[in-house]
Amino acid sequence: MADQAPLICRDIHKTFAELEVLKGISLETRKGDVVSLIGSSGSGKSTFLRCINLLETPTSGDIIVHGDPIRFTHNRKGERIPADNKQVELIRAKLSMVFQSFNLWSHMTVLENITEAPINVLKVPKKEAIERAEAYLNKVGIYERKDYYPAQMSGGQQQRAAIARALAMEPEVMLFDEPTSALDPELVGEVLRVMQSLAEEGRTMIVVTHEMAFARDVSTQVLFLHQGVIEEQGTPEKVFNHPDSERMRQFLAPKF
Amino acid sequence: MFDLKGYGPELLSGAVVTIELAFLSLALALVLGLIGAAAKLSNSRVAVGVATIYTTLIRGVPDLVMMLLFYYGGQVGVNMLSDYIWETYEVDFFFQFNPFISGVITIGLIFGAYMTETFRGAFLAVETGQIEAARAYGFSKWHTFRRVMIPQMLRHALPGIGNNWQVLLKTTALVSIIGLTDMVRVAEEAAKAERMPFHFFIPVAFVYLVLTAGSELFIKWLDKRANAGVIQET
Repeated sequence: MADQAPLICRDIHKTFAELEVLKGISLETRKGDVVSLIGSSGSGKSTFLRCINLLETPTSGDIIVHGDPIRFTHNRKGERIPADNKQVELIRAKLSMVFQSFNLWSHMTVLENITEAPINVLKVPKKEAIERAEAYLNKVGIYERKDYYPAQMSGGQQQRAAIARALAMEPEVMLFDEPTSALDPELVGEVLRVMQSLAEEGRTMIVVTHEMAFARDVSTQVLFLHQGVIEEQGTPEKVFNHPDSERMRQFLAPKF
Repeated sequence: MFDLKGYGPELLSGAVVTIELAFLSLALALVLGLIGAAAKLSNSRVAVGVATIYTTLIRGVPDLVMMLLFYYGGQVGVNMLSDYIWETYEVDFFFQFNPFISGVITIGLIFGAYMTETFRGAFLAVETGQIEAARAYGFSKWHTFRRVMIPQMLRHALPGIGNNWQVLLKTTALVSIIGLTDMVRVAEEAAKAERMPFHFFIPVAFVYLVLTAGSELFIKWLDKRANAGVIQET
């Protein structure tokens, strides 16, 4: 049990109305894996990430979080829905997400943002939750901003606060949905450095990203998605230096 | 000071009635508004339909007509019900529809419809990302509603609530028509008896002005607190 896979996805399909966005994506992680999902816009990489924590319900396929498969049922219209909302809430608490547009709760201070879910979802005692939050704020380097509201901080600081919020859940897997895409170029580095330090600590991470340097240098596994299928998969060394797929070569080719 | 010809204590108790009426109606209107907004935004077609009929009907009928309908019609309804109960069960049931209760129900219903629209718009103004973050962190629906939707919605709803409250406060004057001895009614009687309209209506106008000005300040303060997380444009 000790080394159970934190997350397994098997043959995930997702269809919106008539459009099939995901055509069977599978992924198996080991503890400490850093998986980069790359691909052009519309390739389905963000949708896949959102299927993992059930922000989108996959049309078919299995998701198994630390040995616990998510149960599904069908509603009256025949759409697939999660069978047990309580289970979904528990699983989401183990898969904390960092969003492209941060999505910090704007009416709460940074500290309140970070302690809200540990106190109310994980039932951590308040004092302990605050200590935990302060430790993670220190780690991401914005401890002195703990009483600020999100709107009073730069994008890079907000995203680091959002990472601290994710860390405070002490999750099995951290999901990053294009965490640097909404940032000004000069702020990207501070967020990537934090993410790199998390990877070095052995945290399991799944990162949807356009930062090829991050994917190449930090990940243990790279998935290249194209039109809802995995075109290329493997170590960064293989995917970036010896890709089998013609599309992957095109994707990497200089654009100018 | 102002000589109120011995009507002072009565006017004062009338003012208390006005304030009680206003606050009770506001409470009812806020509750109805939240329920109405939740119904309008729900997936249930029945709930949407009922809420739409409610707001359309209320907003299309004059306040005074509604009030007369509820006061006189309400009593007739209760009488018919008590006759029926007496005839079938031989139980003596009677309930006097007094002007105060009719006033609270009517004003609450009217402003509940306006609050429904205010709250509906405010809920829609909450960014989806805020709700998505709550879901992604394992919040239950109720927890999301209480800790994210309500506080974020209030920021958008407060200006509308403030406007509705001011109009509501002034609408309470209508209840004097159905015989509630509020401040307006007392002033009207005094003015007739003493033949001094200015003498009695100007103080009443002044009390309304103090109440509305006071609530404006209070709402400004609330608004500032609700907007704490948002950078103030200077």
